[in-house]
Amino acid sequence: MNNWVAAPLLIPLFTAVILIFLHNKLMLQRWISLFSTLLNTAVAIGLLLRVHEDGIQTLNMSGWKPPYGIVLVADMFAVLLVLTASVVSACCLAYSFRGIDEQRERHYFYSLVHFMLAGVNGSFLTGDLFNLFVCFELMLMSSYALIVLGGTKRQFRETLHYILINVLSSTLFVASIAYLYGATGTLNMAHLSLRIAELGQSGPITAVAALLLVVFSVKAGLFLFFWLPGSYGAPPAAVSALFGALLTKVGMYALIRTFTLIFYHEAVVTHTLIGIMAVATIVLGGFGAVSQTNVNRILGYNVIASIGLISLALAVSNEHALTGAVFYLVHDMIAKALLFLLAGVLVAETGTERINRMGGVLLHSPLLAWMFLIASLSVVGLPPLSGFPGKLLIIQGSLESGSYIIAAAGVLLTLLLLYSLIKIFILGFWGDARKERNPEWKQPRKLLASSAPLMLIIVLLGLFAEPVLPYIQQASGALSDPSVYIQAVFKE
Amino acid sequence: MPKGNDIFLQNVSKVVVFIILAFALYLFFTGHGSPGGGFIAGLMTAGALLLLALSFDIETVRKVVPVDYKLLTAAGLLIALCTGTGALFFGEPFLKHAFGYFDLPLLGKTELHTALIFDLGVYLAVIGVTMTILLTIGEDN
Repeated sequence: MNNWVAAPLLIPLFTAVILIFLHNKLMLQRWISLFSTLLNTAVAIGLLLRVHEDGIQTLNMSGWKPPYGIVLVADMFAVLLVLTASVVSACCLAYSFRGIDEQRERHYFYSLVHFMLAGVNGSFLTGDLFNLFVCFELMLMSSYALIVLGGTKRQFRETLHYILINVLSSTLFVASIAYLYGATGTLNMAHLSLRIAELGQSGPITAVAALLLVVFSVKAGLFLFFWLPGSYGAPPAAVSALFGALLTKVGMYALIRTFTLIFYHEAVVTHTLIGIMAVATIVLGGFGAVSQTNVNRILGYNVIASIGLISLALAVSNEHALTGAVFYLVHDMIAKALLFLLAGVLVAETGTERINRMGGVLLHSPLLAWMFLIASLSVVGLPPLSGFPGKLLIIQGSLESGSYIIAAAGVLLTLLLLYSLIKIFILGFWGDARKERNPEWKQPRKLLASSAPLMLIIVLLGLFAEPVLPYIQQASGALSDPSVYIQAVFKE
Repeated sequence: MPKGNDIFLQNVSKVVVFIILAFALYLFFTGHGSPGGGFIAGLMTAGALLLLALSFDIETVRKVVPVDYKLLTAAGLLIALCTGTGALFFGEPFLKHAFGYFDLPLLGKTELHTALIFDLGVYLAVIGVTMTILLTIGEDN
């Protein structure tokens, strides 16, 4: 029993509730929010070191033993993602001090962000399938409010799509949980894994697995992503960054967790399906990114394509590929948040989202330009930056398994993303300004300063990949051997 | 909605509201061991307030119950969270509850449990959320 496991869930919840009382005191709200996310980061680092030394930490909530009560499980994979989410959210919050207007701040913006973080951290840490659904809903409810907050016409239109698609997939989620409970009589993930290993993964259970695959794919933007580029572009940059960095990754986390821990017996059916969806996602997402001229939509398609890459690793599911997937997931959360934040500055600077109406930014804001270039290159996976080790491991893993199509898709993705991001750079930053500039525009130093830590992490994570690798390998080791997770849950 | 002029509805609801509120109170206290609890009691209470709003109007409800429902929600959440977290200070797992038997005047030997405080939080949060939703929709026209 370790009560600290609940802390990443409790800190945002308390903050969110306290901020409701303070919704008119802007400065106080800002500082409490930032302090809370920094505190969460510190707690996550503490948990990370503890898990690294003593193995997986669990907490039986209310003191009920595992198959009966709800258990929180902090394994290395979950803790790494909690840590990354805390760092990313701290930077996005610091960005929103300047990047979000007062009207939104007064209307519970910070509260909603913290409720969403509680949902995100809860989804990472829970060891119970129904509790996962509850945390998903907490996260989604707050994201509904965040995406519509401000109430512009475009936000209303996109929110409608977003809510409809998510309500539909949540319904399917509950239905598949009910089927699974009917078939196995448990919802504890470790217990589910044991039961299904005993019973054998029969046809009906594989069908439920496929249903869950559809549900998580909608949330993650794997193949079923038609709603994503529009919805993520509608709210202000700080919110887009949070969505792009966290929400789809929670879906991806759920996919990796369920298909490595529970449904790993019929890999020929489920993992082949994941592989086909991943390749399709890369092709469609990559060409989508290339074909767009709107900055936010290009980034939206970039989010989708990266999800495709991580799913490739899940389809292969050998040790190298999973290590690569964990590394790339951590990198992608940081890099996507950074790209969305910088795109927010870019749009504010040029007054348009269309790259063919921008131009000349390199002359006026060289700092923004170079930060954007480095972020783009790291997404593409250029060697000294953090995108490279993950991508290399994923492609290496797929070559080891003889999945040449998957490896080829990974390389194709790199080229397409490179083209789409460099297109932003060439059209947006080079040349002369195509549009009258706002004469009152000042250098957004504070906005850039708040995204600088993310930038720094990208560079450091790439340069010092070697010292980080043991943590990543501990995470992927537990993923490729479900018995580690199961024993940790049932040890008490 | 026409400004309250339905005498029958208004007079009946004046009485019925108190019956509903009393039943909500009963549900709230019976909830630990048998069907009931903070959630359903909160819905009942919100139902009573809604009946008032239907038979009179929203302004009357605001005057009779001058509460900011958003803050009520927050207060409820805070109470529930604090009850769950309280267990941490006794070295128990999160959300663990305690109970004991006490001799109270009038009631005699009574079981008191911390789950009731948690339920109070749920009760307030449910009233707050339901009324916020209803009043927001009601204000639109």
